[in-house]
Amino acid sequence: MRIRCPLCGERDSREFHVMGAAEWLARPAPDAGLEAWDAYLHLRDNPAGPTRELWFHEAGCGAWLVVARDTVSHAVFEAVVAWEAGA
Amino acid sequence: MRIKGRGRIGANVSVPFSFEGRRYCGRAGDTLASAMIANDLHFIGRSFKYHRPRGITALGADEAGALVAIRRFGAFIPNQRPATQELFEGLEARAENAWPALGLDVLAFNDLLSPLMGPGFYYKSFKWPRGAWERVWEPLIRRAAGLGRLPVCPDEAPYDQAFAHCDVLVIGAGPAGLMAALAAGRAGADVILADPDRRLGGRLLFEEEEVGGRAGHEWARAIEAELREMENVRVMARTTITGAYDQGTWSALEKVAHHLPDGAAPLECHWRIVAKRAVLATGAIERPIAFAGNDRPRIMQAGALRGYLNRYGAVAGRRVAIFANNDDAYRTARDLATAGVEVVALIDTRADAAPPPEGGDCRFLAGAVVEAAHGRKGLTGLTIRTASGARERIEADCLGVSGGWNPALHLSCHLGARPRWRADIAAFVPAAGAVPGLEAAGAANGSFSTAACLAEGAVAGQSAAQALGLKASLPEIPAAGDRAGGLKPLWHVPGGGAKAFLDLQNDVTVSDILQAAREGMGESEHMKRYTTFGMGPDQGKNSGVNALAVLAEATGRSIPETGTTTFRPPFDPVSIGTIGGAGRGAGFAPERHTPAHDYALSRGAVMGDAGLWKRALWFPRAGEGNWRQSCDREVAMVRGSVGVFDASPLGKFEVLGADAARFLDFLFATPMRALKVGRMRWGVMLREDGHVMDDGVVARMGRGHFLVMSTTAGAQDLWRHMQFVRQGLRPEWDVEIVDAGEQWAQIVVTGPRARDLVNSLLRRPLAPDQPAHMAWKALTIAGVAARLFRTSFTGEAGYEIAVPARFGAALFALLTERAEAMGGGAFGMEAMNVLRLEKGHLTHAELDGRVTLPDIGLSRLLARKGDFIGKAAARRPGLMGPERAELVGLRPVGAVKQILPGAHLFRPGLLAVAENDEGHVASAAYSPTLGSVIALAFLRGGRARHGEHVRASDHLRHVETLCEICDPVFFDPEGERLHG
Repeated sequence: MRIRCPLCGERDSREFHVMGAAEWLARPAPDAGLEAWDAYLHLRDNPAGPTRELWFHEAGCGAWLVVARDTVSHAVFEAVVAWEAGA
Repeated sequence: MRIKGRGRIGANVSVPFSFEGRRYCGRAGDTLASAMIANDLHFIGRSFKYHRPRGITALGADEAGALVAIRRFGAFIPNQRPATQELFEGLEARAENAWPALGLDVLAFNDLLSPLMGPGFYYKSFKWPRGAWERVWEPLIRRAAGLGRLPVCPDEAPYDQAFAHCDVLVIGAGPAGLMAALAAGRAGADVILADPDRRLGGRLLFEEEEVGGRAGHEWARAIEAELREMENVRVMARTTITGAYDQGTWSALEKVAHHLPDGAAPLECHWRIVAKRAVLATGAIERPIAFAGNDRPRIMQAGALRGYLNRYGAVAGRRVAIFANNDDAYRTARDLATAGVEVVALIDTRADAAPPPEGGDCRFLAGAVVEAAHGRKGLTGLTIRTASGARERIEADCLGVSGGWNPALHLSCHLGARPRWRADIAAFVPAAGAVPGLEAAGAANGSFSTAACLAEGAVAGQSAAQALGLKASLPEIPAAGDRAGGLKPLWHVPGGGAKAFLDLQNDVTVSDILQAAREGMGESEHMKRYTTFGMGPDQGKNSGVNALAVLAEATGRSIPETGTTTFRPPFDPVSIGTIGGAGRGAGFAPERHTPAHDYALSRGAVMGDAGLWKRALWFPRAGEGNWRQSCDREVAMVRGSVGVFDASPLGKFEVLGADAARFLDFLFATPMRALKVGRMRWGVMLREDGHVMDDGVVARMGRGHFLVMSTTAGAQDLWRHMQFVRQGLRPEWDVEIVDAGEQWAQIVVTGPRARDLVNSLLRRPLAPDQPAHMAWKALTIAGVAARLFRTSFTGEAGYEIAVPARFGAALFALLTERAEAMGGGAFGMEAMNVLRLEKGHLTHAELDGRVTLPDIGLSRLLARKGDFIGKAAARRPGLMGPERAELVGLRPVGAVKQILPGAHLFRPGLLAVAENDEGHVASAAYSPTLGSVIALAFLRGGRARHGEHVRASDHLRHVETLCEICDPVFFDPEGERLHG
């Protein structure tokens, strides 16, 4: 699998470390309540199809990326830097 | 035998090899298979289950009969196909599944038992008596089963891995592949052309036919020369594309040195090729017609029979018969007759077939079938049934069979697509769009004539180049034969009174498949698993469609309704060693060495792994017989005088920016914002789920400049985490993080005489509290600008001296030698572990990812003002409260003096069972300072239970210890020694 890093270009997936769903970017407010925090920490969709994930270009530029890809076709649609992506 | 004047290989260069210990001679350019045929070696091995004689049946990877073991780097590698092994001088091959000898095999007796050994026989036969399976049957079957015999020694052959990128990957270099590569190459595309053969040409290398007005193999040679001249074309001979993967990625197996005696070159290279477009030009595989006794040696594919003759001048018999349901086999009769080999009969299943003009004067039987083959270790004769139904015996010592051709479409199915059935050619073809960017051409696409292969290949190459935006014209297509097919499907001949084989490798017969259907295994995937059809090295390439046809017939469905089994990578067997490449032994993982690594080795250090780092465990001295003696001495040395320790692998992250303080305050549960410049603070970080992630020491270097020193093992995770928090959660803050871990060597000097040792290197000696504990200062040591951190993991007065990495070895050596003069010296990880344990300092043995702040006595941090990572979740129910296990110390008080990490804790008098479990031992060691084993443990309600007793029970190693619960700080609880 290859990911087109917006800073480095297309690179092999072995340069990246995957963290999980892009929802990690939507950190609740400290006082959002247990339910919101439970959802943030534990509840994830497991889509058959398009999904958005966080990948760290560890062996490259060191940017955290939000990668949009398809879990069925394995197509990688797009990668944007995390600080511009939002959850 | 070899036919004089036939073949296209070096007739004058002889190549000696051996089979079953006997010496033979082949010729340069031979494969092991052609050399065996030329030497009249036809009985090559025995089959897997019934131990029936097996011989060569095919020209390439579709070989289903002959498997041999070939000696490589001292071991016999099983299940090698003679047809894909080029001959080299000194090659040693051995037969398989035969004991004590090929001709006299004990388990050939199985063949007589075959009525008892149908599909699933082991499920049915070995059920009684109860208990006999494990003791009797399974060991018996294990001894008898298995295809070949695995060498038990390590694989010493060298392997390699490589990567390549291209515009167009052309898979196969037959007429279609050559034209595709030519079209794309001339258009300027970056082309890789891969083919398993040593030469390009594919089927043309094995045929007597003209292309563009000259011999096909010569035309192929001319095209090969043109392609090799092009700088944008890379020809990869001896390379099989083994798998199709996402995004145009292909795996390939290059047999770099298979054709050479064992030497320095890697035997095989595993490639990952990334291609924007690909052309599937893998050709087709000839399929059999099953009939009774069709597994005898010297019964082979008709196309293979003429291929061995045309390319190698080798033929497997003197009186040859041909059995076919299509026109292609006529060429075999023609080529044999031209070469002067007697063709005794051409048996054509088609009632309306006319005698072929090129068949010569051989006997032609339309509408006839071969009902049975005779002979034991090789074919001696055939029983045929003529169109009128009469049976007749024909004397023949070799039979070529053609049941038609199957496109070699396997790669097109690797991403999950199913092939499409074409009734007109009675074969599956690749589905359109099966692999994005892949187009099939020629025989792989079901277009079998040479003319069609050339034309389709040219178009596929052109369109691949055009798809990449290149201007591509169609190359001139040379004239070639356009005859193909005329096939009338026939899959097996019923009757004959003996086993009719479909899978020669796994001994699966037509009746096995019928039985599977009867017993409810009518789905193709069920049939495969029940009968083991297609599970050998050829993976059903040879007769897969025949088996489906037999199954379809038995279940009353059509072949497309029955469907194929799933084709998965690899297309051809790939050894595990090849996939591993050079990644074994020292090459398995990268090693990280501290600057003082070599010096530590020169001082006898015993090294151990800490992640990828190599770290000194202890420094043995004369007279010390084991690690404990060295470790105890090193601990006493630190407590008594001074020890020197290489802490360079610690994570060292510089955090800079106007918001650096705010950032660390958010990252750590321990408040960092108020830390003064020049001071240091130990802190813990939580994961967002409220558990402790790691600990570290933060030093404030300046107003907007901090240094985070983290654990060695956690440094990589911390780097990712800090970057995530910065980039993902707080992008608006002004913070930069620099990983300076490898820029600095860091040496610990600790012990009552630590200050004396440091002072010995300084022009102006340090006062006792200069810097104070948990403070740092910049200074010059031995002429080098350094950072001096006052901190301690041992409980003794401690300094950590950081110098640029290039001075690390010199500093460590200097400190070690001066320490030795003071009665101290270097110490390793083992002693450090004991020292920190005596002080109750935590490592990842305690901070194992399940621990919370209250568990380690830091509940007060949860009351801290402001947000930090993990704060919200840390206050969830279950992460605090009386049910939590709390950090305590343990010492043995009973007869057993040993405490084992991993032991669980129980109240004395209660059974050591799960419901009574109160915690576990995290780490333990013998403390020479205290003269006792000590341990850190997590115990329910532990902090309120100091002085009570608890039982540490290790169920695995059967050690039970009665312990007293105590404070986790065993030594110098007031911390008086820190100040030196």
